[in-house]
Amino acid sequence: MRLPELNMTKNKTVKIAVASGKGGTGKTFLAVNLASLLSETSPVLLADLDVEEPNSALFIDGTEGQVYEKYRLIPQWDEKRCVICDICSRSCNYHAVVRLGDVIAVFDKLCHSCHACSELCPYDALPMIRHKIGEVRQIYSGRLTLAEGRLNTGEEQSVPLIDQLHKMVGCEIEPAPVQIFDCPPGTSCPVVAAVKKTDYAILVTEPTPFGLNDLSIAAETVKQLGIPAGVVINRYGIGDNAVEDWCNNEGVEVLARIPYDREIAVMTSEGLLAYNHVEYLRPLLKDIFEIVTKRIDSL
Amino acid sequence: MKEIVILSGKGGTGKTSVAASLAILAGPDAVIADCDVDAANMHLLLRPDFKESSDFYGGTLAVINSDECTSCGLCLEKCRFGAITISRQLYSVNSFECEGCGYCSIICPVTAIDMVPRKTGKLYISKTRAGNQMVHATMEAGAENSGKLVTKVKQEAKLIAGENALPYIIVDGSPGLGCPVVASLSGADMVVLVTEPSVSALHDLRRVSRVIENFRIKTVGIINKSDINDGKVSEIRKFFEKEGIREIASIPYSSEVAMVMARGLTMSESGEEQKKVTEEIWMKIKNELTLIETDK
Amino acid sequence: MKIVFTSTGDKWDSLIDPRFGRAEYLVLYDEESDSLSATDNSAVKNEAHGAGTATAQKMYDLRPDILITGNGPGGNAAAALKNLKMKIYVNAHDLTLRKAYEKYREGKLAQL
Repeated sequence: MRLPELNMTKNKTVKIAVASGKGGTGKTFLAVNLASLLSETSPVLLADLDVEEPNSALFIDGTEGQVYEKYRLIPQWDEKRCVICDICSRSCNYHAVVRLGDVIAVFDKLCHSCHACSELCPYDALPMIRHKIGEVRQIYSGRLTLAEGRLNTGEEQSVPLIDQLHKMVGCEIEPAPVQIFDCPPGTSCPVVAAVKKTDYAILVTEPTPFGLNDLSIAAETVKQLGIPAGVVINRYGIGDNAVEDWCNNEGVEVLARIPYDREIAVMTSEGLLAYNHVEYLRPLLKDIFEIVTKRIDSL
Repeated sequence: MKEIVILSGKGGTGKTSVAASLAILAGPDAVIADCDVDAANMHLLLRPDFKESSDFYGGTLAVINSDECTSCGLCLEKCRFGAITISRQLYSVNSFECEGCGYCSIICPVTAIDMVPRKTGKLYISKTRAGNQMVHATMEAGAENSGKLVTKVKQEAKLIAGENALPYIIVDGSPGLGCPVVASLSGADMVVLVTEPSVSALHDLRRVSRVIENFRIKTVGIINKSDINDGKVSEIRKFFEKEGIREIASIPYSSEVAMVMARGLTMSESGEEQKKVTEEIWMKIKNELTLIETDK
Repeated sequence: MKIVFTSTGDKWDSLIDPRFGRAEYLVLYDEESDSLSATDNSAVKNEAHGAGTATAQKMYDLRPDILITGNGPGGNAAAALKNLKMKIYVNAHDLTLRKAYEKYREGKLAQL
């Protein structure tokens, strides 16, 4: 009797975050091109967590699948039960529930869904109800599945939607063996929420003082989360060597250097996948993936 | 004293570059307020001396007093953010997860939980290489920006302008659409919107305009990297017209400028042509400001 | 009529505070009794979020007919103030309360 071969890679999923401290460095460009290229030979999930301004879909031509409406809970005032005792407005640290004369007003944008007012109300006059914050939709293109989170205009908090999208992977969203997460720009809460469930973070930067400044903050954030990281220097050649020097000094690996190429810029501004037209991008992207998986495997 | 706020909605359109160029041209006549605290960049171009600094506290953090805690577990049960952890019967708060709602503090039967101010960053008052005073801030990694920090930065800038009778405050505004943007805007005399001809920038331009609408502030527009997509440029111009936003400049992409900025210099210190473009922008802004004066 | 000014100080000579949510003071002038009283709003500055709604809440205690301010309340604050059914006048920045009141009487302030 022969034992079935154990194929370790079959059961292993690889979750890679693509982030950048600074906006406009080419994070989405890298995420969509990398995901599309890899989907030529493997099922890939590309999750767009830049929910305030999800752009990945602009680059993917596919068929739309199911759309999921996403909610968070916020309190709703039940006038009939309320005696205006004011416990609710005093318990709200965000001034999201305020007494305006003899009316209790709820400001959903300020509410963090902590449930304090609702649970502390002695008259059950603030039940928590579902408040729509946005949608998650899936787009299928060959072996690539794009799961895009989109925050409704008027909603200011990205974190609840980002958390929910992460939770959907493995449930409503098929968990492909390769998962790439296009993260929001910056270094604050939304980025933390996006990156914290992944195995590795690719930080995209540009070789300028701006790029370096934001890279160092992003790297610090990711380090505090205990996630290994590597750097892709985009628009290489327009600036100086400070980013490379920093990477060397800090022991952060440079995964690739993508030269400033007007053709790439123009294609990207039109929503086209540059790797289909700019030859050197193929092997470059493949190399990035190989290095990243090697690092994840060695943990 | 006039306050000029530079916004873009989307990052990477050149907002900070424009703000820095204006700071160089205005020199000691202006106080600079860098409200883009999540990814503060102005200091790279203006090289402030970080003379004065103070800690900034935004929001609160729950802290459990282990001497008083009876390990009843009520806080763990009630916390919606998974911020309460137990390790060997000792309850503590995970500061990365704590959102400062205070529910645990209210509900604790032995009042063992306090809400303490959370240090989220540092505020600086500096002098820049252009001879102007600058107020700026840095945030702790993972910390949340807030209207409070932005307001503090602007407030300090206003104080300095008032004390020295300076005519201009130049504000590098917060990106996005929420509370920090509203705080960047309130008190402004003019908004300069910097955008670029790409699908995402146009999308964000529309969204940030809606936020500005709530205030009645004169708005002008600058189209940066204007030569990378003619179709999108027309779309932007149509939008400007509809909203009554006067276009004061359209700047073609220049790799020369990118290289100059990489060396820490602004557009207004670049080649002759770039210099002229930024000088014109500054002049148009000053003109528009005097027009507002006469409206009053 | 009762008029509230967003103000940087508590006197007629104080300057209008152009902000609403983080205004230093809410100064109430009661035309009938010709009295001026100030509510200190400076604690709201220390709130990271929700300044607009916190300040709006104070307005319900004052119940003015008119609000005179600089830029006008932001989104949340404006929504909160709707039920007060008061008139809001803007563009009074850089004026003293006294001057702003004069301009309002002369019909020279813009109404929201």
